[in-house]
Amino acid sequence: MLGRLSFADIPVDVPILVGTFAGVAVIGIAVLALITYYGKWGYLWKEWFTSVDHKRLAVMYIVLALVALARGFADAIMMRTQLALAYAGNPGYLPPHHYDQIFSAHGTIMIFFLAMAFMTGLFNLVVPLQIGARDVAFPFLNNLSFWMTAIAFILINVSLFIGEFSQCGWLAYPPLSETQFSPGVGVDYYIWAVQLSGVGTLLTGVNFFVTIVKMRAPGMTWMKVPVFTWTAFCACVLIMVAFPVLTVVLGMLGLDRYLGMHFFTNDGGGNQMLYLSLIWTWGHPEVYILILPAFGVFSEVVPTFSRKPLFGYATMVYATCAIMVLSFLVWLHHFFTMGAGADVNAFFGIATMVISIPTGVKLFNWLFTMYKGRVEFHATMYWAVGFMITFTIGGMTGVMMAIPAADFVLHNSLFLIAHFHNVIIGGVYFGYVCGMNYWFPKALGFKLNEAWGKAAFWFWFVGFYVAFMPLYVLGFDGMTRRLNHYDNPAWHPWLLIAEVGAVLVFCGIACQVIQLYVSIRDRNLPQNVDVTGDPWNARSLEWSTSSPPPIYNFAITPHVHDLDAFMHDKENGIDTRGAGGPYAPIHMPKNTAAGFMVGAFSLVLGFAAIWYIWWLAAIGLIGVFATVIIRSANQDVDYYIPAEEVARIENEHSRKLMVQAAE
Amino acid sequence: MAHDTTFHDAHSDHEHHAPPTVFGFWVYLMTDCIIFGTLFAVFATFRNQYAGGPTGKELFEISGLAMETALLLVSSITYGFGMIAAHKGAIRSVQLWLAITFLLGLGFVGLEINEFAHLIGEGAGPDRSAFLSAFFTLVSTHGLHVSCGLIWIVTLVVQLSRVTEISERMMNKLTMLSLFWHFLDIVWICVFSFVYLGSMI
Repeated sequence: MLGRLSFADIPVDVPILVGTFAGVAVIGIAVLALITYYGKWGYLWKEWFTSVDHKRLAVMYIVLALVALARGFADAIMMRTQLALAYAGNPGYLPPHHYDQIFSAHGTIMIFFLAMAFMTGLFNLVVPLQIGARDVAFPFLNNLSFWMTAIAFILINVSLFIGEFSQCGWLAYPPLSETQFSPGVGVDYYIWAVQLSGVGTLLTGVNFFVTIVKMRAPGMTWMKVPVFTWTAFCACVLIMVAFPVLTVVLGMLGLDRYLGMHFFTNDGGGNQMLYLSLIWTWGHPEVYILILPAFGVFSEVVPTFSRKPLFGYATMVYATCAIMVLSFLVWLHHFFTMGAGADVNAFFGIATMVISIPTGVKLFNWLFTMYKGRVEFHATMYWAVGFMITFTIGGMTGVMMAIPAADFVLHNSLFLIAHFHNVIIGGVYFGYVCGMNYWFPKALGFKLNEAWGKAAFWFWFVGFYVAFMPLYVLGFDGMTRRLNHYDNPAWHPWLLIAEVGAVLVFCGIACQVIQLYVSIRDRNLPQNVDVTGDPWNARSLEWSTSSPPPIYNFAITPHVHDLDAFMHDKENGIDTRGAGGPYAPIHMPKNTAAGFMVGAFSLVLGFAAIWYIWWLAAIGLIGVFATVIIRSANQDVDYYIPAEEVARIENEHSRKLMVQAAE
Repeated sequence: MAHDTTFHDAHSDHEHHAPPTVFGFWVYLMTDCIIFGTLFAVFATFRNQYAGGPTGKELFEISGLAMETALLLVSSITYGFGMIAAHKGAIRSVQLWLAITFLLGLGFVGLEINEFAHLIGEGAGPDRSAFLSAFFTLVSTHGLHVSCGLIWIVTLVVQLSRVTEISERMMNKLTMLSLFWHFLDIVWICVFSFVYLGSMI
């Protein structure tokens, strides 16, 4: 009846998990009670959960990402604390079985649910507005993508309290992840969570690709497309090419585990190196999927706060496209030690180094944009400049590891860990937080607090260096990754320093939470409200509409005359909004519960399949199909906003603009 | 990526944006194509990994295959007739052609299940060797796609029975299924050539 699920799978004997469960339960019940007390369920359901509005989905994606950050960081600081303690006679406080789950969950959550969700949130918030569109190409699929990501994150957290999570690292290398060595449910949780979120990511990739190709405002030729949208476009191409490979390779691992196949097993003719090759065929493009949009954020922020056009727009576009192509030619550098031979390793080593050329072009472009600009050191610029320094160091250590001979020494050591945190924190995370600070007023209509934003930056920036520079040293000293305990006295001081760094990063996250709290508390103060919709005197179209934008984004589709379309209009006295009309009725998609339902049934399917509860899995699968078919038969999917309503909203905004101008 | 590659659609039309549904579906199919491409690469890697078990030469029989191939290829033609009828607006005719396509597709899936059952009965199931794992996964991924296509055909036939004219949205659905169905045909030709014929030579 319940497959292999029994009461013994509830880890009541692990005090940390019981405590965590109590904490999550208390917070969860408090949140649910508050929502009920204020009677907000209907509002949440109608206005958010079923919403197909890309701006609402953006907010939900970023909230999801921040929750994932909390979970992922909790894992991180637990690992650092274990390694600060677990020296010589002290076993630390985390037994290997638990510790291994933590590092596996940390990597999986940070990549798939912090970084990917944050990135998709920024795509949702910015891309349609930046290209002058009223929504994405497929609004319903957009909502569905969000729910697939959200339920996958729920599934991964269920593994905390029911059963266990994978102990095989964030990429679940076989043969360790095969049934022979991991007979429990951990790897199955991993497979289902990643596969379900992968569906959401793939749909996002297709959706935004089509949106950018087909729905740009008139006049916005390819070389007038803002750089953030360009980077989103290239990331979508990478998603569409890379994620199907991930689906296949995890599918095959699943078939090995569920049906006893022999893709990656030790016996039966299986080949583990094929897994490595395929997973990195996805995995290397994946890191560019994450970093390209961060480059895009900086390409918007740096010109805006340097009060200059971006230096070298065309080279920025070409560099982005070059990275997009090159990212598929380097995957083998993740396993130089496989034994592919000197010629193959040399090819991939050189191809890897070549990527630093377009990346260097970008870095110089940002520097030259700042050069002789009137640089305003807004909090977003702190993140941008911090990124330039940190990412350059991370890039250089990457080029070091691109040398196959050096990689034979550094591979699988903490040097590698330091390198990829150097580029993912210093690049991806700094970039997305920079973007969040920059576009926050556009999403919600008020600015984030500057002082707490800067404090958060300094803690993150210093904390990052204190936490990860020691890991470079430890890597050189021969400390391998994923160690639970060590006896080498030379390592101990460095691991203590790294622990201090993790605490500093914790302070950084705390500052971000306070920043959000203070900003929401003071949202109505005149200096915080974004009346004009253009708080930074920025350059691209998303700033031409109000903050937050009306549901239809643009009452009149803007016409693009130049790169930096909105700045061009401002400088030439053109009213991008076309205030005063005449307005026409606007065709909009209706909200739908279908995305939520597909997500809910998928969660049931995933959970049941993990525990071999086949009747329940069948219900989940049938539910997914039934929802899709019912949705497909639904004729009532859109509506028109009458022209009078558009005029009322637009005139209200115009009135506010005039009041602001009069002051 | 040349300068001034002007490319806008009916976007200048302020009132109404026809969503680029068919283009989006085509893009999605290309991602599906990568799934199949990866599975073909996996099959190529494992084509000789018999682990002491049976080889393709010993297992595959050309007669059943010819029948499967014929059914699927003919079903593409009948779907094509259905699309011609759809462009003429002849709903009943569309339903008839889709029903014929459905039966042909069902025959294909039936023969495939029969073949699989036969192989498993002989002890040549997917858990026998890496070669057979790759074979079963590739071929049944195609078979699952065809099965989803069958469900889709039924859905559209039922939806067609409740309308009096073929709307733009319905035309889009028929076009997308058409793309899907022909795409599966192309994949099958690759399966037939590389997997079956390649193993038998």
